[in-house]
Amino acid sequence: MQQMNVPRPKRDPAPSRVAYRIHRLWLTPLFRALMRVGVPAFMVALVVGLYVSDEENRDAINGMVHDMRVAIETRDEFMVKLMAIDGASPIVAEDIRETLSQDFPISSFDLDLEQMKAQIETLDAVKSARLRIQSGGVLQVNVTERVPAVVWQSPEALTLLDNTGARIIAIGDRSERSDLPLIAGSGADAKVGEALELLTTAEPLLPRIRGLVRVGERRWDVVLDRNQRILLPADDPNLAMARVITLNDAQEMLSRDLAVVDMRIAHRPTIRLQQDAAAELRRIRVFEMGVTQE
Amino acid sequence: MTDLYAMQRAMRQMRKAAMQRGVVAVLDIGTSKIACLILRFDGPERFREQDGIGSMAGQSSFRVIGAATTRSRGIKFGEIAAMGETERAIRTAVQAAQKMANQRVDHVIACFSGGRPKSYGLDGAVDLYEDAVSEYDVARALSACDVPDYGDGREILHAQPVNFALDHRSGLADPRGQMGNQLAVDMHMLTIDANVIQDLLYCLKRCDLELAGLASSAYVTGVSSLVEDEQELGAACIDMGGGATGLSIFIRKHMIYADSVRLGGDSVTSDISMGLQVPTAVAERIKTFYGGVVATGMDDREMIEVGGDTGDWEHDRRRVSRAELIGIMRPRVEEILEEVRARLDAAGFDHLPSQQIVLTGGASQIPGLDGLASKILGQQVRLGRPLRVQGLPQAATGPAFAGSVGLSLFAAHPQDEWWDFDIPMDKYSGRSLKRALKWFKDNW
Repeated sequence: MQQMNVPRPKRDPAPSRVAYRIHRLWLTPLFRALMRVGVPAFMVALVVGLYVSDEENRDAINGMVHDMRVAIETRDEFMVKLMAIDGASPIVAEDIRETLSQDFPISSFDLDLEQMKAQIETLDAVKSARLRIQSGGVLQVNVTERVPAVVWQSPEALTLLDNTGARIIAIGDRSERSDLPLIAGSGADAKVGEALELLTTAEPLLPRIRGLVRVGERRWDVVLDRNQRILLPADDPNLAMARVITLNDAQEMLSRDLAVVDMRIAHRPTIRLQQDAAAELRRIRVFEMGVTQE
Repeated sequence: MTDLYAMQRAMRQMRKAAMQRGVVAVLDIGTSKIACLILRFDGPERFREQDGIGSMAGQSSFRVIGAATTRSRGIKFGEIAAMGETERAIRTAVQAAQKMANQRVDHVIACFSGGRPKSYGLDGAVDLYEDAVSEYDVARALSACDVPDYGDGREILHAQPVNFALDHRSGLADPRGQMGNQLAVDMHMLTIDANVIQDLLYCLKRCDLELAGLASSAYVTGVSSLVEDEQELGAACIDMGGGATGLSIFIRKHMIYADSVRLGGDSVTSDISMGLQVPTAVAERIKTFYGGVVATGMDDREMIEVGGDTGDWEHDRRRVSRAELIGIMRPRVEEILEEVRARLDAAGFDHLPSQQIVLTGGASQIPGLDGLASKILGQQVRLGRPLRVQGLPQAATGPAFAGSVGLSLFAAHPQDEWWDFDIPMDKYSGRSLKRALKWFKDNW
């Protein structure tokens, strides 16, 4: 009993020298920052670094990432199953399909719409295209085709051009598109707009016009039936054309037996008669002068 | 003496460094407790030192961010008696305060009451070279004081200029820039035993702390417990500690005398322990709960269980009346006060214009002490409590903490001391080259 009453010696409340020093060290701001930020950061970097430094682990990570990516990309929601082409004639649509040569179904992540649009627009018959992926997995292609404005007879072939002079398609025979005016001569395709304007000016003569010829890549000749030609100047051919039409209206000039109306020099329009007409004229003149040849 | 000069200057530099860092600890090494306060200097007046003392006596420049007290061990009469024990006690206090402040402190300002402080009044006078007094003239006047032979093994703890006189005008607080022919200075010098300082330095060094200042606890207690008019008009502060009772006399805001009586609360406790045959811890408890110095009829009937655990029923069930306890305590308290009276008389305290006496320190909390003290020390006695400083915990605002608080004020706004002025060149003369050579020899 006596033993139990003896109070145990109290623990020394004083910190040991080591504990005191450690506590002081811990209260040092730099050390504290190092332990709380530096060491954990270093440990994480170390573990990650060690793991990644192994080739196998790197491959495994890459493979996993790739698999996840594929799994997401091939979800039904992202798959494109068919392509719908609107605004193109069957031939052009076929061309587009051929150009793109895209197999469906395909993930929409793998479709490069910008590039496809550029590809489609390289086709001659296509003026512009708009592509979008619609819900339900449809790749919608809206195409604006070029509208043929003239037939161009180049040295090589007959070609349809639109009003900007861009090539649309080659045709085998003029009669396929007899509704369109014909232009000819090298460099004519670059001036389709001018040609169309001329044709508008020459409206009264339209039934007689066979076509326009670009001469020397500089000026236009209007070719009429009955082998007649109107030679227009390089500058302001419309005005010259208007003058011709006025002359024609006043004197039915073109219904006469002319070969050429030369308007190239504005202040001195010239006409040339046909071979027979010239001979006939000379004969009449001689007859009027009372000279008999015989 | 130059060594001390250098040491004190080094401490002053250390204090400046601590203020730059903004954190300094004050350590009151007492016989019954060791208190550690951690101060942070970031108040609004931190950068306004040139404006004089500032509002609130410079207190608003700091706040207490950590406070800890521990029972002190290995200290007798305010002096270190067992180095290892003291070191452990200091570590306990500092660690707890650091924990509360959540900040590490490297610089510490310490005060202690032991070491047999002894006051000297010095005076010196120099003729001025120029008309206006410069800082250099002050330094010359200070070094012209004839230092008495204070004995081997003593060190100067404080050497404060308390009064300047220019020709026949005395009572100047700051003579710099004033005109005159002769500058005289009165200086108060306090010396203590050198080995007490050595022990303390060693202990603090073992705790990895740098000493940034040393003060006598009698002085710092006076700083915190005397109110401004008391300091101005003349008053004595009696710091009744555990092992020693310090007394300091202030006039014109300067301490002019300090002394200590090697008796204190612990003497009372040991009297009770011997008188009642109880262990010291029990005696201390009985003293704090039931102690007093004035017995009344009621006290005869109030019985105190003394207790004990010897196993002897009769011994363990002893009871004493409170009157008996007072009968044990009163003679010892009277002895302490008589002793203080003798020291005050020796210092010529009764010649001061005002004779206010302020009792503070842990032992001043004995009920009825002010009545007893006024019988022995004179009529103008009051019980003092330290100033309130910002952030001080409620538990550390009692008179037992007058020393700690005073040390905080001392840290925030130390009095100019001798070593704060440059040493005049003539003191170096001839020796400087030798010193330089010696320095080279010592270091290479």
